Amino acid sequence: MQWEAVIGLEVHVQLATQSKIFSGASTAFGAEPNTQACAVDLGLPGVLPVLNEAAVAMAVQFGLGINAEIPETSIFDRKNYFYPDLPKGYQTSQMYHPIVGPGEVEIALDDGTTKRVRVHHAHLEEDAGKSLHEDFHGMTGIDLNRAGTPLLEIVSEPDMGSAKEAVAYIKALHSIVTYLGISDGNMAEGSMRCDVNVSVRPKGQETLGTRAEIKNVNSFRFVEKAIAYEIERQIELIEDGGKVVQETRLYDPEADETRSMRTKEEANDYRYFPCPDLLPVVLDQAYVEHLRESLPELPAEKRARFENELGLSAYDASILSSTRPMAEYFEAVKDSCNDAKLAANWVQGELAGQLNRENLDIVDSPVSAAQLGGLICRVSDETINGKAAKQVFMALWNGEGATADEIIEAKGLKQVTDTGAIEAMIDQVIADSPVQVAQYVEADEAKRGKMIGYFVGQVMKASRGTANPQQVNALLKQKLDQA
Amino acid sequence: MALEQEDVRRAAHLARLGLNDDEAERYVDDLSRILEMADRLQAVDTQGVAPLAHPLDATQRLRADEVTEANQRERFQRCAPAVENGLYLVPRVVE
Repeated sequence: MQWEAVIGLEVHVQLATQSKIFSGASTAFGAEPNTQACAVDLGLPGVLPVLNEAAVAMAVQFGLGINAEIPETSIFDRKNYFYPDLPKGYQTSQMYHPIVGPGEVEIALDDGTTKRVRVHHAHLEEDAGKSLHEDFHGMTGIDLNRAGTPLLEIVSEPDMGSAKEAVAYIKALHSIVTYLGISDGNMAEGSMRCDVNVSVRPKGQETLGTRAEIKNVNSFRFVEKAIAYEIERQIELIEDGGKVVQETRLYDPEADETRSMRTKEEANDYRYFPCPDLLPVVLDQAYVEHLRESLPELPAEKRARFENELGLSAYDASILSSTRPMAEYFEAVKDSCNDAKLAANWVQGELAGQLNRENLDIVDSPVSAAQLGGLICRVSDETINGKAAKQVFMALWNGEGATADEIIEAKGLKQVTDTGAIEAMIDQVIADSPVQVAQYVEADEAKRGKMIGYFVGQVMKASRGTANPQQVNALLKQKLDQA
Repeated sequence: MALEQEDVRRAAHLARLGLNDDEAERYVDDLSRILEMADRLQAVDTQGVAPLAHPLDATQRLRADEVTEANQRERFQRCAPAVENGLYLVPRVVE
């Protein structure tokens, strides 16, 4: 039988505020345990939450970024459950009136096409603390620094049909939130966490199969592997006459499998009710419009512009628009050298390679966009040849000069295009290589093409890489053919 | 709506309250009376009335995103029964 998978995602994005969603405690990552957990975060008696304006603005910006409806009123509810890292006994969340209504996200598929994934809604909520299960004399340690950190939970419709689509969707969300600057998107530090709902059904069937939820999958790669595993598991189970049960599962990256969390059959009963400590949040139209006007160009628009206006390939456009720092760097290089294609080649070639080798992010590149743009100018106006350009690039990388021009001057890398000078070097090389010249003369035309490489190499070496390679080639051929 | 002991025990479990048999019996009665009251409220025709999220006719004020809280861990942890390495210690949680 042919099967198809139906996948929906709940993605928790940690918002990049300075302070918590309901208190003035810091959200900085990596502090000593409990040094950023104030009376409100601890749920001490008598405290009152006050909503952080930046968290509201960021949620609305996200909503505008996915063309979602932004309801005028949103309401906070209490989700009640007991767990030691949730000191109040409830999580403040938005169950019935979320801040962001239905919207959609465009995802880029491997075959170059795009697909729209509907977002059901996105709501604001607070994060819980952390339980440390190492052995504290049979006790569990609790760090509440993370308690109260603002999260935006983005709930998709079950619109994805494969692990690859799910990954493309998370990548699209990742690039939207980082473009907007509303999250650092750092998955390793938990800034984006993902719950995946997976079910399978015979191809063409309308009704959905029973779904399993895989909790807390925290990297693009694990999302893909966890889903692929889960789809296989469910198909095999059904084909063997079994039944998928609705349950929560955990993905174990080491074993590359999902496992049932074996929670008790008792259904969760969160007893949601409106939080009496928080009033309804009402957004006035002017505020939303102001945020709409300040939205940056988003990745999907940027990708289209790079392709259509700058003439980049679909592949280049998608890589260069994938993150905002990458796109900004590329655009700055392009603006300073006025050649989008050369800029794209250098950013993805020499620069990306070197960043990779030294494990650096583009924002930490020792070569600035202006410096790289200046270098590319000298390539396109033929001041230097390609080989010298690589030398100049490395010199910029190593901080040997402030501009490409300075380095070209200091190292004498200016391309030699003076025919007389090149001829003199060629004559010298020919005089120094009688054996090779004799071989060349005796060889037939077909072999000469390869043999000339030796002489080109010698001349380039004599010029310390500065001779114009096309001229060298042409002049050499002329001289050798007369020899 | 009249409650059974089983309903009371389930609610007590969700609220992490330990009840003895006498208390459970008493709450069956008390809570049933509260629910009767709720039933009377349910009977009111509220068609066309928007649900009320808060009794105050006001909207939420927002605060500027600024860190205003200093570290007071020592003070807070003085009233905790057990702490170690800056962590609050609780009976072991088995996942």
